[in-house]
Amino acid sequence: MSVPEATVVARSLRKEFATAPEGTMVAVHDMTMTFRRGELTALVGPDGAGKTTLIRMIAGLLRPDGGSLQVLGLDVVAQPQAVQDRISYMPQRFGLYEDLSVQENLELYADLHGVPQDVRRERFGRMLEMTDLTRFTARPAGKLSGGMKQKLGLACTLVRSPDLLLLDEPSVGVDPLSRRDLWKIVQQLVDDEHLSVIVSTAYMDEAQRCAQVLVLHEGRLLYEGTPEALRRQAQGLTFTAEPASDEAPRNLQARLLDARELIVDAVPKAGQVRYIVRPEAIGGPASLNTLLGDTPHQKRPEDLEDAFMLMLHRQQARAESDKGTAAVASKVDVRPDDSPAGDKPVIVVRDLVRKFGDFTAVASTSFDVARGEIFGLLGPNGAGKTTTFRMLCGLLPATSGHLEVAGVDLRTARAQARARIGYVAQKFALYGNLSVRENLEFFGAAYGLRGRALKQRVQASMQEFRLDGAAASGQLPGGYKQRLAMAAGLIHQPEILFLDEPTSGIDPLARRSFWRIITALAQSGVTVVITTHFMEEAEYCDRIAIQDAGRVLALGTPLEVREQAGGDQSFDMSDAFIAIVEQAREHEDARKVAA
Amino acid sequence: MNLSAYLPTRLAALVRKEIRQMVRDRSNLAVGLLLPFALILLFGYGLSFDVTNAPVAVVMEDRSPTAREAVSGLEGSGYLSPLAASSMAEAEAMMRAGRVNGIVRVPADFSRLAASGGAPIQLVLNGVDSTTASTMEGYVTGALASAGLRRADRQGGKSAAAPGAVVLEQRMWFNEAGVSTWYLVPGLLALVMTLIGAFLTSLLVAREWERGTLESLFVTPVRPIEIVIAKLVPYFVIGAIDLALCLLAARFLFQVPMRGSLSVIIGTSLLYLLVSLALGLMISGVTRNQFQASQLALLASFMPALMLSGFVFDLRNMPVVVQVVSQVLPATHYMGMIKTLFLAGDNAAMVLKNSAILLGYAVVLIYGCARSLRKRLE
Repeated sequence: MSVPEATVVARSLRKEFATAPEGTMVAVHDMTMTFRRGELTALVGPDGAGKTTLIRMIAGLLRPDGGSLQVLGLDVVAQPQAVQDRISYMPQRFGLYEDLSVQENLELYADLHGVPQDVRRERFGRMLEMTDLTRFTARPAGKLSGGMKQKLGLACTLVRSPDLLLLDEPSVGVDPLSRRDLWKIVQQLVDDEHLSVIVSTAYMDEAQRCAQVLVLHEGRLLYEGTPEALRRQAQGLTFTAEPASDEAPRNLQARLLDARELIVDAVPKAGQVRYIVRPEAIGGPASLNTLLGDTPHQKRPEDLEDAFMLMLHRQQARAESDKGTAAVASKVDVRPDDSPAGDKPVIVVRDLVRKFGDFTAVASTSFDVARGEIFGLLGPNGAGKTTTFRMLCGLLPATSGHLEVAGVDLRTARAQARARIGYVAQKFALYGNLSVRENLEFFGAAYGLRGRALKQRVQASMQEFRLDGAAASGQLPGGYKQRLAMAAGLIHQPEILFLDEPTSGIDPLARRSFWRIITALAQSGVTVVITTHFMEEAEYCDRIAIQDAGRVLALGTPLEVREQAGGDQSFDMSDAFIAIVEQAREHEDARKVAA
Repeated sequence: MNLSAYLPTRLAALVRKEIRQMVRDRSNLAVGLLLPFALILLFGYGLSFDVTNAPVAVVMEDRSPTAREAVSGLEGSGYLSPLAASSMAEAEAMMRAGRVNGIVRVPADFSRLAASGGAPIQLVLNGVDSTTASTMEGYVTGALASAGLRRADRQGGKSAAAPGAVVLEQRMWFNEAGVSTWYLVPGLLALVMTLIGAFLTSLLVAREWERGTLESLFVTPVRPIEIVIAKLVPYFVIGAIDLALCLLAARFLFQVPMRGSLSVIIGTSLLYLLVSLALGLMISGVTRNQFQASQLALLASFMPALMLSGFVFDLRNMPVVVQVVSQVLPATHYMGMIKTLFLAGDNAAMVLKNSAILLGYAVVLIYGCARSLRKRLE
């Protein structure tokens, strides 16, 4: 058996960054690792794990502060250009020249890599076909959709077959359809050309496809090996529980998640709750049985995600015995319900339309949201989610249709409605150079709170969300920042909370605790409307609407939507989403052909 | 245009890309081609230190023919327009109201004193605008003196000037009529080259940093100096077009003489253009932020070129510190050279010295640009 040659060899590799005002942050802690030739290797880890820093060092764009780094047999610190001549690199945000056309972008990169004309013709044809961009060669790159841009970026990276391909989170912020296409291309090239690929990702299903997996967390290497060996670490610890018919899966999940001494992790999925039991709790099932009561539960085969969560939890427990990262209050202080009770929906949307010039961003959309419901808006980029969302919050007037929020017609009484809703924008609108307390005080005052009432609310929110009032907001880690944004959105105790992509860019643990807060909010009667591109998060919602090209394609409980997609229980939300969007697009194409 | 025939593949590809981006970005192109046009018209027609038809109040307290003759020169001057005032009080009122810029007062005892030689005439000027005031002082003195000379002529040319008195005959060289457009327009060339160069290029690298395109570009066989050259080429062409515009305007619109040779004027101007393009590019590469880069480019190139290069204000009148600063600016060296070339003619020693300084700047700045693009993200 021949030993595969290594593409990258790192020895005690270290990288530090200076942080303001003083001190350093170690992004990569003395990592020693080997990447093998002709294989697909995944770098897996939450945000801030050091994936991008590591890839940039391999690409010769960052200089290591210690250790050695050999790329393709060359010392990348001494000869960065020699390495750059042989590798291809796709950064997280691939730099397409937006005012150049698809064809011009491809040609530029082919010229820069010195691809001969005859090779080029064949290569371009193949790349364009694989990315499905053949029809758009004359279109400026700036006018492509997000997913298409990402595919063009990959095509530009692959204008020639490199000795090593580096992909930095190629699928982040890309909808499931484009994500699937991207992986198809990479997989095909690995099969056909025995390409050596290093890809960083936050998705476990992507890591599963790789020959080798490296798990990074906070700059440290936690695991190096095959995905199968990693998966087996969770063997025997994984179960599924079936909630009683009158219990929402997320409430059962919350109950399990709160039992931290027994349960590592729990997520709702397909109407059930998947959970991981602590290894030490397996021996003494007495307390576990008390917790579950007569809830039916059974063993299930473990997957990579389970092993990953297990590893992260262990690491975190070791790193910080209790800084309160995972545990956030499961009770949230909510204003006593003073509005007339009843089954009247709190949000009523009828035939809502929004046009921008000739372009219809939202076409005749109708739905209701009941009090205390969690309602999810899902869709690929450009589907009209954000536009719908902005109209609901009263930030954007509707072109036509009826819109009622908290019993108030938004077309006539926008200000009145606003006092009763809370809004957390996609890019948290926090003032980075103000402290946590100052931010909360500002937002409280902006919502009309004053004096003692303001002080009390600020104090209470900081306790609920375990925030340190004196900390500078700009310096907070992602998960905390997001919590602060939530606290600011809830400072005036609104009846309805709007969240726009609140979980993008935060690590899985922070996402878990975030959803724990949402669950608690819904239990205390707050209505939550949320957009997300993490399909599995739809499982937390009571009902979801899937949008594409401005139209609602599916509306109902996650179970109903899954059924509409024609899938069974094994069908996850991502599959259902792809199926529904594709069905609709085929239907649309057929209609166009007929017309 | 087939660039690949003349340049290595990578450089040709980059130049082609820069040209496409430049042509498609209308706003940048508009700044590059229309702004110089606006500047030429603004500075050529709008900015002038010449005084014409300046109103002057004339107070005749002595109405004798001698006195009238003494101020008759004011009438004939194209630069002044005298207005009669009946008394000093009225003249002062006119001055305060801003209707006149100066007062010429002939005292009641003028004829008597004139007979004995040495009669005073009072001139009061509005010092709020000191440039205009000193120009007017020259005109009034000249006009009064010309009347004196005429009188002397009539009296046989002997007795006018007392024996031994000196008569000063003034002559201005290089700009005989003292027309301000003559020295403003060559300086305008320097301003346009500075603005086009530094301002347009200051956005180029910063934009690539902001859009993340540089990160992708870095991990290709591209060399930093190739990126720099590719970015300079298209804007050098724009700058050359602007230069041609300015030269044509100078020659045909403002009739400024070109006493030096045209080829030297063009050669030195293109050299300065290169310096200023490289300065903008380096600012862009160092700041990595379009907003900061354009602010800094304006502050570091255009403003000093306007104020400290000798465009309007004579450097020798400035404090030593400011003079030192002005000598550091490439604009100063070009400004001095281009004015001399236009109005005085070729001056080999000066052209060689200043060109050498500019060439030095060009080399240093281009090296700096390449350094700022060395492939590091830190």
